[in-house]
Formats: sequence, structure tokens, C-alpha cells
Amino acid sequence: MHEDIVLSGFGGQGVMFAGQLLAYAGLREGKHVAWVPSYGPEMRGGTAHVTVVVSDEEIGSLIVAHPTVAVVMNLPSFERFVPAVKPGGLLIVNSSLIAETVDRDDILTLRVPANDISLELGNDRLANMVMVGALLASRPVVSKESVVESLKKILPERRQRLLEINEQAMQRGIECSSPSRSSAQLTD
Amino acid sequence: MESKVLMKGNEAIGEGAIRAGCQAYFGYPITPQTELLEYMSHWMIELGRVFVQAESEIAAINMCYGAAAAGARVMTSSSSPGISLKQEGISYMAGAELPCVIVNVVRGGPGLGNIAPAQGDYFQATKGGGHGDYRLLVLAPASVQEAMDLTSLAFDLADKYRNPVMLLADGLIGQVMEPVHLHDWTPQFVAKPWALTGAAGREKNVIKSIYLQPEKMEPHVQHLQRKYAQMRSDEVRYAEMMVADADIVLVAYGTASRVCQTALKLARSEGLRVGLFRPISLFPFPIQQISDLAKSAKMFLVAELSSGQMVEDVRLAAAGKVPVHLVSRLGGMQLTPEEVLVAIKELGGNEGGAN
Repeated sequence: MHEDIVLSGFGGQGVMFAGQLLAYAGLREGKHVAWVPSYGPEMRGGTAHVTVVVSDEEIGSLIVAHPTVAVVMNLPSFERFVPAVKPGGLLIVNSSLIAETVDRDDILTLRVPANDISLELGNDRLANMVMVGALLASRPVVSKESVVESLKKILPERRQRLLEINEQAMQRGIECSSPSRSSAQLTD
Repeated sequence: MESKVLMKGNEAIGEGAIRAGCQAYFGYPITPQTELLEYMSHWMIELGRVFVQAESEIAAINMCYGAAAAGARVMTSSSSPGISLKQEGISYMAGAELPCVIVNVVRGGPGLGNIAPAQGDYFQATKGGGHGDYRLLVLAPASVQEAMDLTSLAFDLADKYRNPVMLLADGLIGQVMEPVHLHDWTPQFVAKPWALTGAAGREKNVIKSIYLQPEKMEPHVQHLQRKYAQMRSDEVRYAEMMVADADIVLVAYGTASRVCQTALKLARSEGLRVGLFRPISLFPFPIQQISDLAKSAKMFLVAELSSGQMVEDVRLAAAGKVPVHLVSRLGGMQLTPEEVLVAIKELGGNEGGAN
């Protein structure tokens, strides 16, 4: 198993945090992991991305030109990473904010209304966790349990009360990406 | 399973320094190494050690000079333009034989350049940088674990040789998070009878790099050269991957070596006999090892994030026995494994390689 996962979105959408969760979960399972942030001269509110590599083997390149999975949370991320996804790879689109259709038939696309689900749960900041759930259902790089345990570890004391709702958001992501829906036909 | 923690390279360098008994840190912020300064600002104070955010890079290196002269284990860190500012101080410390660890988390240059990872400071680090006839020991980490381990080692080597040691990292090694095993370092503290500790009851010590009479300067510089000769014989460090049967041996350090590791896998999966040689000490450079590889390999392919600086040392070591080629990106752009694979194939890596 070797996955190069890119998570990309506006600053504040929690892609860095989601990436850290995956990395911690991988570490917890004894896998090789690397968390590679983009740290260019980004603007506040601009688009940022992180690459998380999870592998059964020692990790070589930290530079990933063609990710096996791309999680795109906003339109600029969609435009940048749709062409980059490796053939046979997986694209997870935040359909709450991205209406565009995918013009590739050599990758799987999953559309997840992450912001809508987040709002349904009564908190507008859970979209990243919905996407993490969707990712795990389609590509189980780590177990849900490991992510929950990592969440417990990373969340500061004063935020531990948010554990449950984060878990719920992840579960909703898992449910909306059951295999029957994760086919290429779903790409509009 | 041993317990590991996730750390940024910059933080791991800080932790490596703390575990090696760093007593004083002097720095000034600059991307992409600022997390190191930040880490030290918290933990050095917590541990009751010295942390100073200096008014400039130049002030920081000269604070290192002072604290090292007093016998302390000292460190400063910066990124490329800041390291340029420190060069006068580095030369003075080499001349005055003061141990110090200097961390350069290299970014794109020349000039103010940009904040992306790069390897354009190889010449500056290994060939002098400051003025005069001196060398630094230069260590290049290729992972977050190694960033911590080599930083700790750098303190012991600095004391052992009474010489500044440079950790030459790059923006990617500084920014990436990887699992780290927190080592229990036992610092090799050495007696420092030369240090300025108060001369009551003994002859006074003098720390200086000035020798106005050339007759006195020459033996001093000769003494320095003997130290560098000893480093060349005792401190060569490197790693190899699948070089035994390799037709093409990739040579790369730091981030570029990680890219090559993946390129090697891609090449091997296509039946191409490719190996990887990774210098860990850039000074002393692993000349003998490369010279030996030149007997079995058909050619070297150097991968660098510069216009080709280490490639000159590889060419010197190969001494014309086999061709030495270069694949590189400049100005903070990154090499990909696919680009290296293309270069391998263009060099005929597909000839006779298939099993």
C-alpha cells in the first residue's frame, strides 16, 4: 500500500489539520508517513494544500507531482488538481462549493456535499472531517478508529468536547461514499 | 514497537540540539527555518538555558563567537540570505577555532530569492563561504529523523575538532513532518582548557583569529589544515542503495536524494540497473567511495536542486574514469522522480538493463 494524498482548500477549511490526522493515524498503525505542507507565499484566505504520504514501505520522494488521491475543497483546488491526479486515482470533490464537472474518465470521482453535511450537523467547520470520512471509505489507508484516537491526541483539552461531533461528521462522510456511489458514472 | 512522534524537520533540529546539550541559541527569524527559532524560544527557556532572538543574523553569529569562547555549546540557524550575512563570523570562528553548530535551511537564490527548498548553497557551505583558508564540517540530512540525529552529532564534532559544523538542510526537510524516534543522546563533552572561564590561578587564555606576522599565521593555518585532513580520514559519512550491480549510479543529497530513491524504484521496476549513492557528509566529501564506484558503474547521474555544484566534486572523485551527468531544477523548483527517470532513460539506462 502506498498512497500520495493531496488535500487542498481555502485557508480555514482545515486541510492541514485533516492531513495531520491522517499522518498521526498512519503513525499509530506503524505505517511510514510524511506530511508535506505547501508553504509558498500564500495570501490569507488563499488556497493551501498538503500532501500526506502513507505507505507500507520507506518513503522516498516528498515531492508528488501526481497524487493517487486528491481531496479538493474549493474551486481553485479543483482546477489545479483534477489534471494532476494519477490515472486510476481518486478525486473527492466538495460538491457544496464546486459545481464543475470532471472531464476525465481515467479517474474515479466522488462528489461529497461536505459543507451541507457540516451545516446539517449544526457546525459549519466540519467539512474537512466529512471529507476524511469519504476518503477512508473509498481508500482505507488507515482505520476510522486510528483517526478517532489521533483526534483525541491532537485536540487540545479545551476542544475535547468537539470529539463526538467530529466523529459524527466523519461517519457521515463514510456513509455518503458507499461503494455503490463511488463509481465514475457519478461524475455527472 | 518503539514509540515515535511526528515532528517538523525544523523542530527535530531543535530537539536534536537540546538533547546534545546545546547551552545557548542565538537566532533571527527567516522562512523556511523559523519554526526552529520558535521551538528553541520555548524549550531553551523552559530548560533554563540561553535563548536570544538577536537584532540581526550578524549579531547572532557573533553572540555564538562569544558564548563558544566561554566554553558553551552554541548554535545559530538561518536560511540562505541570513547565512550569507553570517559568513564573516563563521570565518572568524574557524580562525579562532571555536566550536559552533550553524544550521542552514536552504531556500531559492541567489539574492533574496524565494522561500522554496533549494540546494544552491553547496559551494558556500563546502568551499569556504567566508574568507580565508578554512573548512566547515558539513552534514546534510535527508529525513526528519536524520535532521535530529545529525544535529546532535554536529555538537560532538564541533567540540572534537574545535571547528564550526554546518547542518545543510533545505526548506522541504525543514517543513515536512515525519515520524521521529527521540534518541537518548549522550553528549561527548570534552574538556575546554582553552576557554575564557576566568584566569584566576592560571595563565590567561586568548581567543583570536588575528596573527599579524605571517610567520606566526602560517603554522596556525597549517594546524587548521591538519584538522581538515583528519576530518577527511575520519568523518566521511554516506549511504548507498543497490549500487553493487548498478550501471547508472545516482548521486544526490538531502531532498534530492529522496526524489532519487523513488526514481530508483521506478527504474528497477522496469529492469534498469540503477543505484543511489548519498553523501551525508558534504565536507569531507566521500571521494574514495565515489572513486571506487567509478570502477563498477558505467556512469554517474547527479541530481541537484541547483545548476550543478556537488556535480563538480563527483567529477573530481570520478577523475575522468566514467562520465558524470547532471539532472537539476533551479531557483526553488523541485525535481520529480519522473524527471529523474526520464534522464536515466536518455542516458541509455534501458540498454542491457532488462533482465
